[in-house]
Amino acid sequence: MKNWLSPKSMTGIALIAIALLVLPHVVGMGGQAWVRILNFAILYVFLALGLNIVVGFAGLLDLGYIAFYAVGAYTWALLASPHFGLHFPVWAILPIGALMACVFGVLLGSPTLKLRGDYLAIVTLGFGEIIRIFLNNLNSPVNITNGPQGITLIDPVKVGDFSFAGTSQIFGLTMTGPEKYYYLLVALALLVIVINVRLQHSRIGRAWQAIREDEIAAKAVGINTRNIKLLAFAMGASFGGIAGGIFSAMQGFVSPESFSLIESIMVLAMVVLGGMGHIPGVILGAVLLTFLPEALRYAVTPVQMALFGKILVDPESLRMLVFGLALVLVMRFKPAGLWPSPERSRELGDKSAEAVK
Amino acid sequence: MDIFLQQIINGLVQGSIYALVALGYTMVYGIMGLINFAHGEVVMIGALVSITVTSTLAAAGMPLGLAGLFGLVAAMLTCMALGWSLERIAYRPLRGSPRLTPLITAIGMSIVLQNLAMIFWGRNYLTFPPLLPKINFEFAGTHFTLVQVVIVLLSATLMAGLIFLVYRTKLGMAMRATAQNPAVASLMGVNINRVIASAFVIGSALAAVAGVMVGSYYEIAHYQMGFMLGLKAFTAAVLGGIGNLAGAMAGGLLLGIIEALGAGYIGDLTGGFLGSHYQDIFAFIVLIVVLMFKPSGLFGEKTGDRA
Repeated sequence: MKNWLSPKSMTGIALIAIALLVLPHVVGMGGQAWVRILNFAILYVFLALGLNIVVGFAGLLDLGYIAFYAVGAYTWALLASPHFGLHFPVWAILPIGALMACVFGVLLGSPTLKLRGDYLAIVTLGFGEIIRIFLNNLNSPVNITNGPQGITLIDPVKVGDFSFAGTSQIFGLTMTGPEKYYYLLVALALLVIVINVRLQHSRIGRAWQAIREDEIAAKAVGINTRNIKLLAFAMGASFGGIAGGIFSAMQGFVSPESFSLIESIMVLAMVVLGGMGHIPGVILGAVLLTFLPEALRYAVTPVQMALFGKILVDPESLRMLVFGLALVLVMRFKPAGLWPSPERSRELGDKSAEAVK
Repeated sequence: MDIFLQQIINGLVQGSIYALVALGYTMVYGIMGLINFAHGEVVMIGALVSITVTSTLAAAGMPLGLAGLFGLVAAMLTCMALGWSLERIAYRPLRGSPRLTPLITAIGMSIVLQNLAMIFWGRNYLTFPPLLPKINFEFAGTHFTLVQVVIVLLSATLMAGLIFLVYRTKLGMAMRATAQNPAVASLMGVNINRVIASAFVIGSALAAVAGVMVGSYYEIAHYQMGFMLGLKAFTAAVLGGIGNLAGAMAGGLLLGIIEALGAGYIGDLTGGFLGSHYQDIFAFIVLIVVLMFKPSGLFGEKTGDRA
């Protein structure tokens, strides 16, 4: 273990803390839209770390992870919006959202634990689609989810009288809504990172790792593989549920469109591209894959203008095209991810990855 | 009863298309243990290429049937080239890397292909030219069209051809050997790279035919059509036991029929609570139920520990 109290690591921690504190104000100079993107980046860090428990630690390929995010988001939306006229306080909804997602995680996990590898992948994918189709269609005969229109006017996060939406004065500083959410998200993300790090080196974390490497051997050394796998599903799902709740409150609006399969795939891409099972790598992957499409949005039009003098190709499709190519190229040259864990890069004999560390 | 038979027929048509696409997934999986997520996009490219070629030739005065044939051939050739390049660009360099890496490149290629198609063909739905005359048949109270008959017959022929290829030719033997053990197969003089490339090429040719079928059945095509179709076909392949050719065919047909019956009867079964827009759910519910009892699909062999 590293010594966290050595002067060197203290300076590092202090620097990171200052950077995190001023970041929204620096990014905000380019407009509040960028602070919002920053918030999404942190939300995706949150999601990617949740999925990392399932895919990275336990080695269970989950292609329907966004379903838990959806469950969390809709739980918040239904319990804190005029749709049902309910306005629960935040400390009630977040745990309920996490619990609901956890229940769904176990619901999905228990029948599928026997399955291996790709069979599990397709079942989780199917589960994600089932949830989305239900969200899309549960507006008749009883209107529960309001169908494709989604739920609007969702309450923001409120602690006492302090609301995270809108601009307000804090200690003489003017803070916009996205900036306040930023600090909330950073706090939550730090909590999740700490939980992840602690889990990884715990008894449970080592059990997950054992299952990932060889399930039969893990069983033979006395690990209750069924419960431990269910635990991975449930924990990953609860993180997804909390992220979903925050998403719902931050946007003030949810619709089934936000929870399509491509979102699950994006979160998985973040985990794999960053470096599966390696927490700093996963964070890097989530931040990169959130910012890359947004940065490309601003870059493709001027670049085309400069090269050809006119817009030849629809910028929206060009930006996704570049994004897809980037995914292929990164995996082509860094098969273990951008920042894999040292053990993993040793296994693969990937010299360049070793050098990064 | 008439509705029942009618839905079986509709399901059979849809199922043959699923089966053709599922074969592409299952061949690649059987040989390399890899989910080729970009396969659905190959179907889409096939449909769009055939539209362009057919309507261009038809506009130049060629009879529609002949133009359609050229369109089909052009689609097959394009898709074969596409399948071959996919393997070269996205999968071959990654052989021996962690299992999830090729999955991400496949997703990347799928995004690339969709957006390329959008750049070339635009965002709008394209109408598929009617390749076959609209002839209706009636049999035992059910109705079906010439297009439906041709789809079922053509896919049955292609599947028979594939079975022949895999079980009666030298290339097929090489494929089966590679699927069993690539290292030993290559020691026996099998050119592994060629076998894998040919699996991609054959799968893509079948996908092109499926693309033209879907296009002429629903009379539209769109740059996003490949995604859901690919997903369903993959579900069909898993349902039958992925890696197993006969399983993919049976899985495809079964999935088509279950979906059609489900869409036809769900309203009655649930007392009008759930409508036919829940059609897409059936595929997945059946899949989950089947896998709960038969964890490696209906006809799958027991798979090793790949996770």
